[in-house]
Amino acid sequence: MHGALQGGGEKAIEKQKATGKMTARERILTLLDSDSFHEYDLFVEHAGKDFDMDKKYLPGDGVVTGTGTISGYPVCIYAQDFTVAGGSLGYMHAKKIAKIMDHAMKLKVPLIGINDSGGARIQEGVNSLAGYGEIFYRNTLASGVIPQISVILGPCAGGAVYSPALTDFVFVVDKISKMFITGPEVIKTVLGEDISMEDLGGAKVHAEITGNAHFYAESELECFDQIKKLVSFIPWNNTKKAEPFPIKQPKTKQYKISELFPTDSKKPYDVRNIIKAICDDSDFFEVQQMFAANIVVGFARINGQSVGFVANQPMVLAGVLDVDSSDKAARFVRFCDSFNIPLITFVDLPGYLPGIDQEHAGVIRHGAKVLYSYSEATVPKITVILRKAYGGGYIAMCSHHLRADFVLAWPTAEIAVMGPEGAANIIFKNEILNAPNPEEARRKKIEDYKEKFANPYVAAAYGYVDAVIDPLETRNFITHALEISAQKKEDRPIKKHGIPPF
Amino acid sequence: MSKKKKLVKPELYILNVLGEDYSTTLTNKYKNRKPYSPYTHKHITSFIPGTIKKVFVEKGDEVISGQKLLILEAMKMDNEIITNISGKIKKVFVKSGQMVSKNELLIEIS
Repeated sequence: MHGALQGGGEKAIEKQKATGKMTARERILTLLDSDSFHEYDLFVEHAGKDFDMDKKYLPGDGVVTGTGTISGYPVCIYAQDFTVAGGSLGYMHAKKIAKIMDHAMKLKVPLIGINDSGGARIQEGVNSLAGYGEIFYRNTLASGVIPQISVILGPCAGGAVYSPALTDFVFVVDKISKMFITGPEVIKTVLGEDISMEDLGGAKVHAEITGNAHFYAESELECFDQIKKLVSFIPWNNTKKAEPFPIKQPKTKQYKISELFPTDSKKPYDVRNIIKAICDDSDFFEVQQMFAANIVVGFARINGQSVGFVANQPMVLAGVLDVDSSDKAARFVRFCDSFNIPLITFVDLPGYLPGIDQEHAGVIRHGAKVLYSYSEATVPKITVILRKAYGGGYIAMCSHHLRADFVLAWPTAEIAVMGPEGAANIIFKNEILNAPNPEEARRKKIEDYKEKFANPYVAAAYGYVDAVIDPLETRNFITHALEISAQKKEDRPIKKHGIPPF
Repeated sequence: MSKKKKLVKPELYILNVLGEDYSTTLTNKYKNRKPYSPYTHKHITSFIPGTIKKVFVEKGDEVISGQKLLILEAMKMDNEIITNISGKIKKVFVKSGQMVSKNELLIEIS
């Protein structure tokens, strides 16, 4: 019984360290405030009876659980211990995790799960599967009630991947995290395709290609810093607001809108610089930085209050909405709405990405998620149209029609069904064709259209834009909007739940 | 995260959306997207990776719809590959014993 704190023992710990990983207990102690960790169920013993398992002692049954704080922010936490039977999940292992999850729900504090496990403990058979099921069920019920964070610090394969997938934020570390449903060996035998573990489900793959991961770090320490930063922006649970911070002005000398923002709507710029020009201390904490970079989502503060930013990124794919960027934005909007974090949307997009691959990948149902999540959201919604807002993209990006509370436009905003060239070519098709000089006529019609419609005033005339503002006034307007909507309460029809286009 | 990385000047491309040309960067995923090719019965491809066990036809053979062309062994199963159209074998790209990956062109019918 003694020696439970030693996990799998010296040899196993040595092996763990050789792969550049910390032990489960070290991870918890590094992440939490010093002396804040209180461990539960250290003396739990495993329940395996078959295959001589009853003769084996597995300290804590391969998982460390407990409570603690991160910069004073309370959390329930568990960390799988790879040094004990490869962190495999048996009946009691799962029971310990389920217990700390129930605890988190009862206490209404966030849950952090550190995953480092070879998967199901095969010797325990169906009890191991039952264990996973109990965890998934709890993940689902906790979704939207308490923030759930998954940290992948080792293998997380097969059914085990579904717990992180059900949680709000997944953290991965280069060379350490591995996530997949079917491993490289099976793929090789069944399909004859050769792929390394890293290329199949390494940290980069999930951060950049699949979008399963939200934060990518190069070391465990960097990863823990990211977690600490994330929890500073989010509340303990869905009945609370994020803790306010001391107000800091943006670094406007470093981030000058006039220098960072080209008025020609066909020229690219990095929209993150505009966010930084406006938010407190120019500190923008980006979520899913590497995935679907044509939309930018993340947390920042305005006047000390935590807000979620969603912004089209003209620097990448002209800022279009597509399958991936729709998924990314919709999920982020739903997180912010669940946890009372106001949404600020910066609009600058030409529409949806054209292409057979997009249509066949289901851009219709994926794109619909953006409409759904914005319409559903009842937190304060503030929209700023920076330049182009064309077609369906204009509607989707938190327009008044989806019940934005404030829609502001910069003088450079162009709100229209499509860009001037496309529109002029359709509206004046015959006039252009029949003109003595069609090319000249075309150019003139485009110019006319630009002058009349490529501005915010047509939309403002119908009240779809509340105010046209000087870009330098944006922070003031947003601050005011947040203050005045502090008591906002909006009801939605009573229902069991909606049926979002998942 | 980005602090450690050097600033590289991004490569700009033109992306046309609804008649307008935009100057922007492209993602790897966008650059690596598969070009669309319409489905045709004239191209017999492997629906699964495996081994060609037997080829029943050769170049110049007349085949009729429903005729066996080859056997593709995959996951310990012999899959009889038949043609859905009648025509002439234009080319056979594989030999028996050959391993093939998924969606590889095996036989072309004209």
